[in-house]
Amino acid sequence: MQSLPILTIVTFLPLAGALIILWINGTEEDVARNARKTALWTSLATFLLSLFIWFDFDPASAAFQFEERVEWMAGTGIAYHMGIDGISLFFVLLTTVLTPVCVLASWESVKDRVKEYMVAFLVLETLMIGMFCALDMVLFYVFFEGVLIPMFLIIGVWGGPRRVYAAFKFFLYTLLGSVLMLLALLAMYFDAGTTDIPTLMVHDFPESLQTWLWLAFFASFAVKVPMWPVHTWLPDAHVEAPTAGSVILAGVLLKFGGYGFLRFSLPMFPDASLDFAPLMFGLSIVAVIYTSLVALVQDDMKKLIAYSSIAHMGFVTAGTFSMTAHGIEGAVFQMLSHGIVSAALFLIVGVVYDRIHSREIAMYGGLVHRMPVYAVVFMLFMLASVGLPGTSGFIGEFLVLMGLFEMHTGVAALVATGLVLGAVYMLYLYRRVVFGKLTKDHLKSILDLSPREIAVFAPLILLVLWMGIYPSSFLEPMHASVDQLVQQVQAAQTASPAAMATR
Amino acid sequence: MQDAAAFNLIPVLPELFLALSAMALLMLGVFQTDSAAERPRTAGLVAQLAMAACALTLLLTASYGRGPEIALNGLFTADLFAVFLKVLILIASGAAILVSQGYLRLHGMYRFEYPVLILFATLGMMMMVSANDLMSLYMGLELQSLSLYVLAAINRDNLRATESGLKYFVLGALASGLLLYGMSLVYGFTGTTSFAVLADILTVDGSLEVSSGLVVGLVFMFAGLAFKVSAVPFHMWTPDVYEGAPTPVTAFFAVAPKIAAIGLILRVMIGPFGDLVSQWQQLVVFVSAASMVLGAFAAIGQTNIKRLMAYSSIGHMGYALVGLAAGTEQGVRGVLIYVAIYLLMNVGTFAVILCMRRNDRMVESIGDLAGLGKRQPTMALALAVFMFSLAGIPPLAGFFGKLYVFLAAIEAGLIWLAIIGVLASVVGAFYYLRIVKVMYFDEAVDSLDRPVGPEMSAVMAVTGFVVFFFFLYPTPILDGAEAATAALFGGG
Repeated sequence: MQSLPILTIVTFLPLAGALIILWINGTEEDVARNARKTALWTSLATFLLSLFIWFDFDPASAAFQFEERVEWMAGTGIAYHMGIDGISLFFVLLTTVLTPVCVLASWESVKDRVKEYMVAFLVLETLMIGMFCALDMVLFYVFFEGVLIPMFLIIGVWGGPRRVYAAFKFFLYTLLGSVLMLLALLAMYFDAGTTDIPTLMVHDFPESLQTWLWLAFFASFAVKVPMWPVHTWLPDAHVEAPTAGSVILAGVLLKFGGYGFLRFSLPMFPDASLDFAPLMFGLSIVAVIYTSLVALVQDDMKKLIAYSSIAHMGFVTAGTFSMTAHGIEGAVFQMLSHGIVSAALFLIVGVVYDRIHSREIAMYGGLVHRMPVYAVVFMLFMLASVGLPGTSGFIGEFLVLMGLFEMHTGVAALVATGLVLGAVYMLYLYRRVVFGKLTKDHLKSILDLSPREIAVFAPLILLVLWMGIYPSSFLEPMHASVDQLVQQVQAAQTASPAAMATR
Repeated sequence: MQDAAAFNLIPVLPELFLALSAMALLMLGVFQTDSAAERPRTAGLVAQLAMAACALTLLLTASYGRGPEIALNGLFTADLFAVFLKVLILIASGAAILVSQGYLRLHGMYRFEYPVLILFATLGMMMMVSANDLMSLYMGLELQSLSLYVLAAINRDNLRATESGLKYFVLGALASGLLLYGMSLVYGFTGTTSFAVLADILTVDGSLEVSSGLVVGLVFMFAGLAFKVSAVPFHMWTPDVYEGAPTPVTAFFAVAPKIAAIGLILRVMIGPFGDLVSQWQQLVVFVSAASMVLGAFAAIGQTNIKRLMAYSSIGHMGYALVGLAAGTEQGVRGVLIYVAIYLLMNVGTFAVILCMRRNDRMVESIGDLAGLGKRQPTMALALAVFMFSLAGIPPLAGFFGKLYVFLAAIEAGLIWLAIIGVLASVVGAFYYLRIVKVMYFDEAVDSLDRPVGPEMSAVMAVTGFVVFFFFLYPTPILDGAEAATAALFGGG
């Protein structure tokens, strides 16, 4: 379609920005100011460039687009292979939207080592975009794992009081899952003789091998999603991470797992996916119900939202493994929606945390009297999280439930309880923080959103409403790719007699 | 034997040159006037000449050692496999001399013997990887070991250093004894010491019956060699020697002899005993798995960074041996890539450790690195890169080393070994991360001394740069390893 390697440019532009920031010298104040500006402009430029990908994307085609391929590791066939389809397109955009938001959100709250902070964020952006664009397993793994380094530093250096514990837990948990995936990647390379993802997607793995490979990938993606019972790193990481760190963690990093299931588990191991679908449903149902209940009793705002993230990601995994077009589209949509909504909710917590330096719900109450704009923004995202029609959350959950209903009524009914529970804990949180009388002294002088903060929220509000009111602009480009995925899965399943029997 | 091979000295030229330069430098040092004013000048001159000798030998190796040729009546073989390892060894030795200068000067150990001993050890290592006969193997190994024993105790007035030297000597001599005993058994059961003849005899042609005596001999030889790479269960000396020896000596120990010994093991196991894979595979699998696990777990509790690096090197040798355990071309290539990357990471890490000075005294505790990220951001960045790379996190070089050995292990069906390996690497990641944590997360204590010296900065910058950007252009190392492996298997 075009000669410019646009994916490479979008992927590595933030890295270039990071290198520029490294060269900034001068007094501490100058460095901080210039680092912030460079990071903001770089991430905005990346975002604008990524819009071109969207415009030039051909929604009718299920094939990978903007492909680039360069030989990388001589003698092994491992290549630098990039490309996107309808599924990965919006994850790239999600990343490029959230990074400038994060930079802007940390404008004042991060005062210490600003230069390193911005470098870490830009490096992180490069790795995240690269992960979604990678079409070679080893390349994918490099990006997938590489993310741990900047995230470890972001949590550990700029985090809260228990940041060291949280950073280690985050790192080791995810590393443990990922190394098993590495072995699975190698086993796949051994079986198929290539690390090229499009080739592997149509490669027919023997069924016994599929089971093991599926489990190894599951170990990695389930930790990333995170699914119950390997979710315990998430609340710690979220609570201790700086606001922007939580935003990226909830907004993009959690999507790695869901994306991995869609890119690897379903198309490459369809038989095993079918075998394990009941397990996935079971874990998703537990995640939705159990973590919602846990969220209900939290008295730390960030922890509450962290648990709600796990519940929402339960929808995603359930929808993915419904293996219907609706379910999968719903899962992708839910991930995008959750990426925006949970990011916004963490920013909302960040706003009051910057003022009061506490995340305890009990410290707040009656904020609506002093912060009306804040209350409106909070309400919007709270309702989007609950899944109010007209917001993005509704579309995702609705599609997931529709897909599940086609598959199994009972699962759909159980997952649907998550909607009710979600409403309970979110409304309860909102009531305790925003409503009521403003009695606490330290809240009497609290200020409403500054223009900078409004600028942070504006794009997110826009997106949430756009996705909720006219979801077609996001669903349209997905259709072809998702249909192909579903067909591929079903074809493989009907081709295998053993799978037929279990059906 | 009056054929041309007997007198062909061209393939041995690099070794001859290195031997002559080492002796010349020794003479130069001995016959200088030994006044207090003159001594450091001589030492500095010898060190510079020694580094030049390493560089020249490297050039000679690259131009005359490529072979494949047999020399010295079949005792010596020159091929691309040897060239690959010799280049690594020479780089490691040159770097070891370079980074030692500041330390030795500061601690009153600035003597001309130090570079000369390193040159002799290097010569021994080059002989080891080029050995084509059990005799030349042993000669090379002993030349290396004797130089290392002295180096370990070079700080003779220090109790710990002499203790470490003595410990190394006693255990090393024991290992040499094991090796020699194994070699005598092999000779007894086959009647030859030549690798070429051994390979002929041991070729599987359907009728091969391996005598148990030969297998016992092989096991003893492997035990002796495993001691040299400090693989479990022959690792006990490593932490003590690493800690006790002066830091530049440790830096040297951690890299060059390890590479040489790995090269030697590959040469012996794949060459003459290549067809006995089924006999030695289990052994290597065990040693490799045990090294990885012990290296990972034992390092957790360490507070001294040199001890930590000792356990780290035990673990890394375990990973390198994973490739050998596969016993395939893939595996050997993996090992070679691994040691090349290992060289870079360790030289860099030790350069940083050698810069850990406070008020002109060396500090060795991990806690002393606290707040380095704030006070010396560049050095901290370099060390962080090395630590993440040692932990095997992509996109840093260490990851690709692991990728290749595990790939070979999976292909050879050693799934469990690979699983143990990756799990151990997660445990290992913990203690590497701890160093990053201390540097970046902890509150700063007193600053380390500055400046660190141009040669240290250069070493850190170069190694850090290569480790970080390896992924951009991995071809040189990959191609080199590929050619070296082909030479080993082609000639085997």
